[in-house]
Amino acid sequence: MATQRLQFTAFSRLLHWTMAAMILTMLCIGVAMVASLNNYHVLVSIHRPLGITILILVVVRFVNRLLNPPPPFPATMSHMEGLMATASEFTMYGLMVVLPLVGWGMLSAARYPIVLFGSVHLPFILPHDVMLYALLRTTHTVLAYLFFLTFIAHFGAILFHTLIVRDGILKRMAP
Amino acid sequence: MSKVPGASAVAMPLRLGKANMLARLAFIGVALAVVAGTFAYFGGWLTPNDLTPARFTDVFEYVDGVHPGFRRNHAKGVGVSGFFESNGNGVRLSRAVVFRPGRVPVIGRFSFGGGQPYVADRPDAVRGLGLQFSLPDGELWRTAMVSLPVFPVRMPEAFYELLIASKPDPATSKPDPAKMEAFLARHPETGKALTVIKGQPVSSGFGNSTFHGLNAFRFINSVGDSSPVRWLVVPMQPFEAATASSTPQDKNYLFDALIAAIHRQPLQWRLVVIIGQPGDPTNDASIAWPAERQQVHVGTLILDRVESDETSAATDINFDPLVLPAGIKPSDDPLLSARSAVYAQSFRRRAGETKQPSAITSADVRKGD
Repeated sequence: MATQRLQFTAFSRLLHWTMAAMILTMLCIGVAMVASLNNYHVLVSIHRPLGITILILVVVRFVNRLLNPPPPFPATMSHMEGLMATASEFTMYGLMVVLPLVGWGMLSAARYPIVLFGSVHLPFILPHDVMLYALLRTTHTVLAYLFFLTFIAHFGAILFHTLIVRDGILKRMAP
Repeated sequence: MSKVPGASAVAMPLRLGKANMLARLAFIGVALAVVAGTFAYFGGWLTPNDLTPARFTDVFEYVDGVHPGFRRNHAKGVGVSGFFESNGNGVRLSRAVVFRPGRVPVIGRFSFGGGQPYVADRPDAVRGLGLQFSLPDGELWRTAMVSLPVFPVRMPEAFYELLIASKPDPATSKPDPAKMEAFLARHPETGKALTVIKGQPVSSGFGNSTFHGLNAFRFINSVGDSSPVRWLVVPMQPFEAATASSTPQDKNYLFDALIAAIHRQPLQWRLVVIIGQPGDPTNDASIAWPAERQQVHVGTLILDRVESDETSAATDINFDPLVLPAGIKPSDDPLLSARSAVYAQSFRRRAGETKQPSAITSADVRKGD
């Protein structure tokens, strides 16, 4: 019997760390731009194409996740903890898909162009409806805060396992 | 290395000492606090006195009240539509598709400055014209222009102060002169801009008004050359000075006249691009460029349809001046990003509110037919 892999594949780790950096940047840009007069335009111009890049990468990541299942959790984690960790993993995948889609949808409903670069822009995916915009705009913010809280929980759990339980869980994903 | 008593079959590391454990827990707490604090810092929660788009929008509501469903500025208006016929003269300046010879559809909105949706028409009120050009490749170009030749301030923060200083005193229904004087003392550029503004004759209506894009932009052509530009639309309807009428006018008389004029025949404006020279300020909308700067007539705006806010597609559009096609870029004017940010905030607020009937109704628009 082949020895079980203890680490995520190199490609999985690359995706994880790249997207982690992109998503944290994205969340910070999101809260910063709505509070900024002087940097609003620059930040919005990064936020939109970066969001779409994350949407594309999460599809790649999800397919990769199905093809390359993760290594087992350390034995220190109970079955319930394992389920919770997996649930939070899928919550984050869900948010990585839904947040950009809600963003794209809300901009469509308000008829704000979604410019990627130069004259390249995305089509509108929803009818021009400002009430729908208002609803999706609020949803976008709520989901973004939820994502940040999920990230904090994920980061806290990893620190706890690494520094207190010391079960080497970080090695699974270490770059 | 002794085995920790009570350790399970799983190889557990050494039990941590109490102090060590506390230190590690504290480290985790600090790490989480740093991450949360960074997020809070970017969100502006640590600097509550900074001027934000939300606070800026609040000041429009403070000055003119909250009128649900309406724009926080330029609340009173009517929608228009038609097209822009480009003559091709702009191609050498900008690679934007809109400047290639041909027609593109346009929707727009004439308005008065200020957040009061039912304010009575006055010839001396600031007139606005927001336009959206729909380019054949799906790109959009929006511009929000006003009848002022220059903007009264250079910085967004100064405009915020000016709005507060010019709030009418409920007792006199006029701004407090002491507050305005104090503002003008702090902002000499506003005094100069007001002289330019007052030096421009006021036309009799919307149809013979000139509308200025105010801010500088940059045109980028197909070989990558960048030119500083400003633009304006110049009416082809003959100028006639506004008269101080002795007879009391109807509340909507300027809009009624506009509606009647468009029903008679399409109204037309020349889109004129002013090309800046090195040294012309691009970051100061309060200063006009020298009159001898080259002006290029790039096409004609033809507006042949008018609609009330209730049915016009322009009602649900944010005329954000930074919705630009490839070939037009923002300049370094700090007002541009601030306008974009505050317009977005105003749009977000009104989008979620129940719509109220506008001052000029669909029946008013039909009446002019």
